[in-house]
Amino acid sequence: MNKEKVIELVKVNKWYGEFHVLKDIDLSVYQGEKIIVCGPSGSGKSTLIRCINRLEEHQDGVVKVRDITLDHHTQSIEKIRSEVGMVFQQFNLFPHLSILDNCTLAPSWVRKMPKKDAEELAMQYLTKVKIDDQASKFPGQLSGGQQQRAAIARALCMEPKIMLFDEPTSALDPEMIKEVLDVMTDLAKGGMTMIVVSHEMAFAKEVADRVIFMDEGSIVEEKPTAQFFSNPENERTKLFLSQIL
Amino acid sequence: MKIKNLINWSKQNLFSSVFNSLISLFCIYLIIISLPPFIDWAFLSATFEGKLKTDCKTSGACWVFVKVWFEKFMYGFYPVENIWRINLSFLILILSIAASFFVKDKFKIYILFFLIFIFPIIAFILIHGSFGMQIVESREWGGLALTFILAIFGIIFSFPLGVLLALGRRSELPVIKYFSICFIEFWRGIPLITVLFAAAVMFPLLLPADTYVDKTLRIAIGIAIFESAYIAEVVRGGLQSLSKGQYDAAKSLGMGYWKMNIFIILPQAIKTVIPGIANTFIALLKDTPLIVLVGMAEILGMINLAKANPYWLGMAVEGYVFAAAIFWVVSYFLSSYSQKLENKYSTEKK
Repeated sequence: MNKEKVIELVKVNKWYGEFHVLKDIDLSVYQGEKIIVCGPSGSGKSTLIRCINRLEEHQDGVVKVRDITLDHHTQSIEKIRSEVGMVFQQFNLFPHLSILDNCTLAPSWVRKMPKKDAEELAMQYLTKVKIDDQASKFPGQLSGGQQQRAAIARALCMEPKIMLFDEPTSALDPEMIKEVLDVMTDLAKGGMTMIVVSHEMAFAKEVADRVIFMDEGSIVEEKPTAQFFSNPENERTKLFLSQIL
Repeated sequence: MKIKNLINWSKQNLFSSVFNSLISLFCIYLIIISLPPFIDWAFLSATFEGKLKTDCKTSGACWVFVKVWFEKFMYGFYPVENIWRINLSFLILILSIAASFFVKDKFKIYILFFLIFIFPIIAFILIHGSFGMQIVESREWGGLALTFILAIFGIIFSFPLGVLLALGRRSELPVIKYFSICFIEFWRGIPLITVLFAAAVMFPLLLPADTYVDKTLRIAIGIAIFESAYIAEVVRGGLQSLSKGQYDAAKSLGMGYWKMNIFIILPQAIKTVIPGIANTFIALLKDTPLIVLVGMAEILGMINLAKANPYWLGMAVEGYVFAAAIFWVVSYFLSSYSQKLENKYSTEKK
């Protein structure tokens, strides 16, 4: 693969007090790659992707995003965050703002985009996730699936190069999971670099280039998608797959 | 039909159980023994006409007292020919608050800016005098006008300071965090009367001999700082009610500390604590009569002076009833205004 390396993690370690959450994590992600991270709960998946945009601080090792090394400088953190979009399990829309304002806030105040341009951009992405007709409503008036799609649009409005998804469908009712996954599949086909923490294995098979299996804070298995499902090597991976498929 | 409804209503609301019936009967008894005599005293046998105490010959209230002293109760010893300056300041205030109900959201921020930064200067120039207007020293200010001046000054300055202290107390920087904690706990730990005495009597002793800070200003600053500690704790309660997800989402969009707090965190936090903030402001308003103790005559102080006037002895009850009525009206206005705000901003609960 000759593509540009956009995320690089070298020997990343993190502790919560005594608890060792991330153990010597090495990971490289290339431009346009889609990576699925799975594993049992408490295995450090969410912590891993939250370290990429510094929502969690790692204590040891190197995190590099597009040539910016994460350190304590606020500027480097904010620069990385404006290039890396994130979608959360609990949507985390801003309940006091309309859907449109949720989407325009960051472009107009972080990117300093004129209000009119920001609104056009927001409507473009809201159309893409098929909720442009809900733009003037407040988050509380939308269904879970609509809220999550709005959250995706909000992240896209910053025009990020990389998107992180932290269990985007885990808080949704079953009939709403598909509408969110469809949006994510579209996004993947459009060439976005994506890291998705998810247990939606059908989705993984369809879009992922690589699948990473984590357990107890380390990457246990990392393989191209087809091999991961057809030929898992580690015992824990086999056990996990037998339970989930 | 109407009577039947009434009986039904009272069955449901007044006599639904033996215990409730007892309470209802007791309350009705209290109303019967207290209300008619009060109405008789305050209205039916009261005297409204006249100019002197001797005009009051009936057994009821002597409102002549309030009528004659009305101007002093409102404006203290402010020179009569300049009273329009106080009226104009309050008119500007009332008009700009009224305007905020009607203009678009976009302009509200300008009105807020005007109220916080420009209005205090205009009001000070008008009330204190300058630019060819006769100077009225603050010791001549008094009455209800002084109550309002102190309360409004307190509200305008304690609110932003309190918000900053609340943020400071949750800051990750130890210096700011512990400074905020010490500041809040110090001012919350001392009684207001101490603050007033310190500002009025002790503070000038600590200053170099040739510097002078106006006494009313010292008192006003003292009150504002004192109340800011309470506002800070109220706002902190609101900050704690927000989920971590809101911070995560704001940060993940690349917002820095101030943008995150101004656009995401504070609007939600303050909205949830509107009742607490209104509570603090009403308490502030009702605390202002304490300044009587440091020799300033706001409305209650003026009433105390008036009732001690040899020609008007024995008028205390009328004066205090009048003061109570005014405080009740103003506090009620503040509380219903806060309820309006609460309803207006309750978007997510729909």
